[in-house]
Amino acid sequence: MRYHTPSSFEDASAIAAAATGVTRFLAGGTDVLVQLRSDLVTPDDLIDIKHIAGVKDIARHSDGSWRIGAAVSGAELAEHEALIAEWPGVVEALELIGSTQIQARCTLVGNLCNGSPAADSVPAMIAAGATASVVGPEGTRELPVEDVPTGPGMTSLGPGEVVSAVNLPPRGECGGDAYLRFIPRTEMDIAVVGAGVSLSREGDTIIAARVALGAVAPTVVLVEEAGAALVGSTLDDTALAALAGAAEAACRPISDKRGTVEFRTQVAGVLARRAAKIAYDRAGA
Amino acid sequence: MIHVSTTVNGDAHELLCDPRETLLDALRDRLELTGAKEGCGTGDCGACTVLLDERPVCSCLVLAAEAEGQEVRTVEGIADGEDLHPLQRKFIEHAALQCGICTPGILVAAKALLERNPDPSETEVRYWLAGNLCRCTGYDKIIRAVLDAASEMREAT
Ligand SMILES: Cc1cc2nc3c(=O)[nH]c(=O)nc-3n(C[C@H](O)[C@H](O)[C@H](O)COP(=O)(O)OP(=O)(O)OC[C@H]3O[C@@H](n4cnc5c(N)ncnc54)[C@H](O)[C@@H]3O)c2cc1C
Ligand code: FES
Ligand code: FES
Repeated sequence: MRYHTPSSFEDASAIAAAATGVTRFLAGGTDVLVQLRSDLVTPDDLIDIKHIAGVKDIARHSDGSWRIGAAVSGAELAEHEALIAEWPGVVEALELIGSTQIQARCTLVGNLCNGSPAADSVPAMIAAGATASVVGPEGTRELPVEDVPTGPGMTSLGPGEVVSAVNLPPRGECGGDAYLRFIPRTEMDIAVVGAGVSLSREGDTIIAARVALGAVAPTVVLVEEAGAALVGSTLDDTALAALAGAAEAACRPISDKRGTVEFRTQVAGVLARRAAKIAYDRAGA
Repeated sequence: MIHVSTTVNGDAHELLCDPRETLLDALRDRLELTGAKEGCGTGDCGACTVLLDERPVCSCLVLAAEAEGQEVRTVEGIADGEDLHPLQRKFIEHAALQCGICTPGILVAAKALLERNPDPSETEVRYWLAGNLCRCTGYDKIIRAVLDAASEMREAT
């Protein structure tokens, strides 16, 4: 295994593009190292992105949008009060990952690019309308987070493509987001279902909403019908029932030791409703 | 082999490491700092907890090469010579250990908590230490020892 420490994303991309064997990027390593140590994936080239300038930066632009560097850890995100004030759902989703020790290392980008359908921060990012900045052999592009995962452990990133940052849109007036997951214990477990909701209000009326679900399909999914069910409503019981129905209809889960198809489907509706209520209250606060 | 310059408990070290070598293995096998233990090797148990740039991490999930230019702190650096840290004394007083495999990691993690929050609630201590598993004590004594150490440290300042 060759260990690389490029000082720019262009160099990181060039190393990956030239590599012929198994290649991994190293952000916090909480997936890469586990896979390495259990002999699941032994990279021929491991490209550590943490020596690149700016990877630990959290920046708010003048239009209110945010750029979160690829190596910002859960612990660092959770200490950023201005970001928490605007995007509490994204922050709480990353904060759910693992323990104190894992928090010191895990990143949004690693969670996304590992490609797990149960990745906790991904539904929150998708609900938020986040994008990933990608640097590749053909230059840079920005793609919606929901277009990154393509299946368990798989992404749409091409050879030599590396994510440099996650971008969040301007929160605007009266917006709120939330993420909830169901696990059988209170800490340190993989989501049986995860639900992220982000919405904006004008007075009591919801004017925009996005809903994303985790662990109920081969990838985290954006459920457009669920968001549409909320728009124009005041989150009354009819809207909540329509939301839950749309969330359940989007579920294509598997049955495993963590939950059956029926259980996951029902919980998806329940969590979508609860997350929507939290997001709604936050938007009004 | 990769050349790594790092600081461990305040001392500068130069190491030659295999690229796949973990920080845990480098500490134990190259520096003979055997306080950090390997329980699971997959980030679940916390027995390997050390501080990397002030934050508790699972050293089994950090490459030795990643410690380049960083400050590492281990359980060996907690006592001041022969003087035990209040946390260490309270762990003995409360019998908060049996086999002791989990203890170095818990001490490192707990000390990091008290430096951030000198007056944590029981719930805060339990959540902070949720990634430190103990197969022997049932946790109550550990939590009591941490809370007692915190209160003694508050009185001392
Ligand atoms: C004990 C434990 C508990 C966990 N609990 C949870 C949990 O509750 N919820 C959850 O969702 N996950 C959990 N995880 C999984 C893991 O912590 C998360 O997926 C984490 O966010 C991964 O981030 P990382 O920075 O450590 O990624 P890494 O391990 O550094 O990378 C992960 C993947 O992303 C790729 N990658 C990294 N950076 C880039 C980049 N810049 N561009 C392109 N690709 C990149 C790597 O090649 C690799 O395939 C847990 C892991 C452990 C060990
Ligand atoms: S040995 Fe590192 S967490 Fe268990
Ligand atoms: S004392 Fe044995 S594992 Fe904690």
